[in-house]
Amino acid sequence: MPARLGVSLLLFKPFGHNSSLGKTKGFTADMTDSKYFTTTKKGELFELKAELNSEKRDLKKDAIKKVIASMTVGKDVSQLFPDVVNCGQTDDLELKKLVYLYLINYAKSQPGLLTLMAVNTFDKDTRHPNPLIRALAVRTMGCIRVDETTDYFAEPLKKCLKDEDPYVRKTAAVSVAKLHDINSDLVEEQGFLELLQDLLSDSNPMVVANAVAAISEIKASSSKAHDLLSFSQTMINKLLTALNECTEWGQVFILDCVAGYHPKDERDAQSIIERVTPRLAHANAAVVLSAVKVIMRLLDVLPESSDFVTNLVKKLSAPLVTLLSAEPEIQYIALRNIALIIQRRPDILKHELKVFFVKYNDPIYVKLEKLDIMIRLTNQSNISQTLAELKEYATEVDVDFVRRSVRAIGRCAIKVDVAAERCVSTLLDLIQTKVNYVVQEAIVVIKDIFRKYPNKYESVIGTLCECLDTLDEPEARASIIWIIGEYAERIDNAAELLETFLDSFHDENSQVQLQILTAIVKLFLTKPSDGQDLVQQVLSMSTQESENPDLRDRGYIYWRLLSTSPQAAKEVVLAEKPVISERTDSIESDLLSELISNIGTLASVYHKPLSSFVDGAAYRPTRPLTQQPSSELAEEDVTTPIPNANPAPTTPVGGDLLIGDLLSLSIPSAAPAAAPPNQQSSSTVDLLGGGLSDLLGGGITPAPTNTQPSSSMSSGLDDLLGGFGGPPAASSAPATPLVKEPTQQVWLASDKGKGLEVRGSFVRKHGQVCMELTLSNSSMQQLSGFAIQFNKNSFGLVPASALKVNPISAGSTCTASLPLHTTGTVQRMNPITNLQVAIKNNVDVFYFATQIPMQCLFADDGLMEKKAYLTTWKDIPASNEVQSSVSGINASPELLEEKLKNFNIFTVAKRNIDGHDMLYQSVKLSNGIWCLIEVTCQPSNSTVQVSLKSRVTEVYPPMQKALEEVLRS
Amino acid sequence: MIGGLFIYNHKGEVLISRVYRDDIGRNAVDAFRVKIIHSRQPIRSPVTNMARTSFFHIKRNNVWLAAVSKQNVNAAMVFEFLNKMVLVMNSYFGKITEENIKNNFVLIYELLDELLDFGYPQNTDTGIMKTYITQASVKSQSKEETAQITSQVTGQIGWRREGIKYRRNELFLDVLENVNLLMSPQGQVLSAHVAGRIVMKSYLSGMPECKFGINDKVIMDSRGKTGIDETPKPAAGGKMSIAIDDCQFHQCVKLNKFETEHSISFIPPDGEYELMKYRTTKDISLPFRVIPLVREVGKSKMEVKVVVKSSFKSNLLAQKVEVRVPTPLNTSGVQVLCMKGKAKYKSSENAIVWKIKRMGGLKECQLSAEIELLNTSDRKKWTRPPISMNFEVPFAPSGFKVRYLKVFESKLNYSDHDVIKWVRYIGRSGLYETRC
Repeated sequence: MPARLGVSLLLFKPFGHNSSLGKTKGFTADMTDSKYFTTTKKGELFELKAELNSEKRDLKKDAIKKVIASMTVGKDVSQLFPDVVNCGQTDDLELKKLVYLYLINYAKSQPGLLTLMAVNTFDKDTRHPNPLIRALAVRTMGCIRVDETTDYFAEPLKKCLKDEDPYVRKTAAVSVAKLHDINSDLVEEQGFLELLQDLLSDSNPMVVANAVAAISEIKASSSKAHDLLSFSQTMINKLLTALNECTEWGQVFILDCVAGYHPKDERDAQSIIERVTPRLAHANAAVVLSAVKVIMRLLDVLPESSDFVTNLVKKLSAPLVTLLSAEPEIQYIALRNIALIIQRRPDILKHELKVFFVKYNDPIYVKLEKLDIMIRLTNQSNISQTLAELKEYATEVDVDFVRRSVRAIGRCAIKVDVAAERCVSTLLDLIQTKVNYVVQEAIVVIKDIFRKYPNKYESVIGTLCECLDTLDEPEARASIIWIIGEYAERIDNAAELLETFLDSFHDENSQVQLQILTAIVKLFLTKPSDGQDLVQQVLSMSTQESENPDLRDRGYIYWRLLSTSPQAAKEVVLAEKPVISERTDSIESDLLSELISNIGTLASVYHKPLSSFVDGAAYRPTRPLTQQPSSELAEEDVTTPIPNANPAPTTPVGGDLLIGDLLSLSIPSAAPAAAPPNQQSSSTVDLLGGGLSDLLGGGITPAPTNTQPSSSMSSGLDDLLGGFGGPPAASSAPATPLVKEPTQQVWLASDKGKGLEVRGSFVRKHGQVCMELTLSNSSMQQLSGFAIQFNKNSFGLVPASALKVNPISAGSTCTASLPLHTTGTVQRMNPITNLQVAIKNNVDVFYFATQIPMQCLFADDGLMEKKAYLTTWKDIPASNEVQSSVSGINASPELLEEKLKNFNIFTVAKRNIDGHDMLYQSVKLSNGIWCLIEVTCQPSNSTVQVSLKSRVTEVYPPMQKALEEVLRS
Repeated sequence: MIGGLFIYNHKGEVLISRVYRDDIGRNAVDAFRVKIIHSRQPIRSPVTNMARTSFFHIKRNNVWLAAVSKQNVNAAMVFEFLNKMVLVMNSYFGKITEENIKNNFVLIYELLDELLDFGYPQNTDTGIMKTYITQASVKSQSKEETAQITSQVTGQIGWRREGIKYRRNELFLDVLENVNLLMSPQGQVLSAHVAGRIVMKSYLSGMPECKFGINDKVIMDSRGKTGIDETPKPAAGGKMSIAIDDCQFHQCVKLNKFETEHSISFIPPDGEYELMKYRTTKDISLPFRVIPLVREVGKSKMEVKVVVKSSFKSNLLAQKVEVRVPTPLNTSGVQVLCMKGKAKYKSSENAIVWKIKRMGGLKECQLSAEIELLNTSDRKKWTRPPISMNFEVPFAPSGFKVRYLKVFESKLNYSDHDVIKWVRYIGRSGLYETRC
């Protein structure tokens, strides 16, 4: 049929626009495709169906265009499947393309029909005389990912791989990768891999390039194929020859493939490098970066000191710099890669500092990356240029950029010793600007400078102290306090300054509290007369009035140190601090090698290992090249900027690191067990004053009547609890522990947890309270060695078993369920449901506090005897009764009763008074506190009245909240 | 590889969506809209990873083009591809706008089918694309015709088709340079570079082989040593040779020959294309200098004086000179005085814009302005953005010279002498800034 139809096609011109080859415009608005987007009539599908089956080709084509338009905007047009497939029986290439486009989208929804109808068309098309149609068919078949069709696919594909036309062959090559993705066994067993390898020697460069791409993809996804498809030296040479004739994309495929090749020897490596080097002058950034990747990898095999290497390193600079005049997005990719490249080979670009100067109109992401690279390139000889620039940046608009610029000045000071003084004076200039965030950031970095160069710049302390009032960020406050403590001896009014901080002690962030504590102890040790009063105050504040275990423990240690041996205290607290060095943001050596082998790819942009963002990337074909264990290797280890194996007592300057003295560095690991036992017991007495006995003694036996807490205390509590009334998630999502999981809340944000994020919730499972945890790792390293501990709490909750969490690799998430006992030591918390948790891993110990929903704590044996109930109810004065109402409950009393019982709220008695249903109920908390409840409901009213009575009034607010949640569940 | 390609309008409505791989679902389309297009924070990276899916985006005239992948794709390639795709669409239907995309969506799908296969970029050369994606219903081509198309698409010379004929063989060379400058208030050059492009329009018959000669130091030196070439004539009044830091060539240039023989030889595409890009940093003759003087007179007034000096030969004329003097946000009024050109305070742009239509070489112009400021409680300091400049000059600030362009076509009977050649030099401002 083809020939005649072809003639008739000539007569047809689609929607009348003139489209000769060279013309670019001439698509008039009224006669264009946009009209297909506007059909919104009812019965549209029906109409389309009619049009699709029409005899007129233009009507048919229009209809398909409408179908495609609907598909694009997300409308379901799958019903038209048979009609559209019918249209595919044509020689009109445009119509065919549209039909195939439709097929790709909807094949999945109609597999049965498809095998019948489409396969036939495909098969015919792969034998069509027009190579464009043959290629179109083989391309589309691969996109239809339905198992039933793959069998029909194999034979035509094999034929197309040997087609006489290169266009068909290059399309077929990619289709092998598609088929492998659907059915890898089929490809591996039916000899497709061999056919694909034959194509590597094809006379047409594009066929070769696509075959390389397909092979690379298959290799990466299947270990079996990986062994089969290794590239020999001769094959690599062939590919490098084809490189000259490929399209720019083909060059990228080939270069990326060559980057995975392991050269036989130095000569092999050298000859590859020589053949790849001309690509550095290509206009396409991807070609340039892939060439850089090949060279960077192969350089590792060559002797460092040879002229060849030195020359090569010189040659790499210019092309990298040129990438910075490309589009901003490409600049960004280039900059992220440059950061890696200069970490491995600092000689590249060492003279090019200026090109990384930030332009006013650069997008922010380019600015930040440039800043980072500037610091990496800064050395003694160019420090003045860098400083001048940084000072300029510190006056820009973007807050984040300004902060990083200020921080960069600090990094310069630590990196280049001779420039420290200039950096300090630059920072002082910036402090004079009085721009709040600039001042704060400057103080933080000056602290680091003091650490690095002790006793050198104290003269500036006066200036720093002048801006005390403006500091409102914890890190800045902590920094200035550290400075005051460190130099207490030389600051006349140190005691006075610290005293002002002490006044607001309880309002401070814990980081600041810790610093105040340490600074005052330092003051006391250096100037005992000045610090005497303060030290007493701060120790009692941090040990007795604080809920932060970290702070308390540190307080106890100091206290004990000071009381046993002031000399020892001096030695510990005022000990010499480890030296800090500038290795901020250096990437660990193994990861760096992995990233270098992935230059240009996403991994190099994220600076993260593949496994952290790609599924199933465990199989890694690109290992970093290493030389035989020779002396050079050992040398390299010493010279690499990242002394991984070097245990020198250096600590990186990091924003999140505790400002270190010895104590703060060593405390995390020792924290949970830090407080000496005798102190502990005395403190328990201290901390658990008045209310303890009734918390513990609860019970129902005729209790002492004088346990009513003082009014001032309860009012204070109310205040606190009022604020606590609506903590996140849990209140909005009704918690029904037995039925559905309550939403987990973030307990530890990843920025506080050095990359560890903890989310969690409490549920009651099989009579036991469980803590459900979701741990996510957003850091760049694996987290392992997890352990958990609770601080003493109101309900004696302790983990019933150890926290069983496997090591979490970077970027992944893990869940754990931790059963809890209620047999631990009881200590009243404020608010009563407060639970303080410490989680430890291989990085650090992290502390956070959370609230336990009361309903998880109701014990199974909470049914009280009727008599006891009555006496207790009478016993508790009416003034201790609280009432609340819960609206919007449409349930019968029986249903309510059932619901409450699910949560261990037991009905003691039931009565009906004046049409009101009264439920008398009892609840026992896991620590033995009883709570009596009276629920009143009215059939006509959806509002339920709840009265509560307990000897421990503190439980009321959380109890009310729990009841409300239970009733609403 | 690229798993899917989406085009959105500024509201985040999908205009085009083409999925190449199974691992990309329809939810990816929505994720990008919600997290990137509708994001409240300014975008901090052109690459975003959400739920182990990476999104690459570029934006043209309020239209978002996004590529999505779940693999460790070559990121540089993805962005290069997106830019290329824009060029292809430009050449088919002009500017990338919502309307144009909607008007040509069938064409775009057809292009996307051809430009990417399973997410791998294929031939993206517009000249070749236009031979077989025409939007005219495909005429039934003869076997020879289709064979020619397929060999071109996949061929070694994928950028030129055979059998081109012109009655008049002609070529145009434009040397287009962008001068970039960052100068300190004291007149010290902080950084300066020239980004140059050679744009060629060729209307030549057959498959001509061209040789291009420029005054690059490395090329000239190697010529001098080997003695193959005639000794370069010193360019009149200009430098003998210049140091090119780095250059990049169009696909058609034989890179191996350049590396080994330092010669630029190629078979040119037909019509207009960019033959070469280069960058120089040494000995740039900066066409203009801006000397700023900003004085803050108390809290409510500022005085600005800007002197612009031209430093090229006096017989040349600069055009479209524009100086942009930024003003503080709390400016209430501005009085400007300038001897030459027109200056206006544009409050919407927070700048005084001073335009001079033409300006000769070795001249000096001055503008003075008094800026009145409102008293604001805002303690934020004015950050003094740099003064920027725009201009166009009829020479190459890098000193770049075209020495020759020879055309050889052995099969047809025309010689190098018969080709009419035109060369033009234009120097424009890139980012030309002086801090104040």
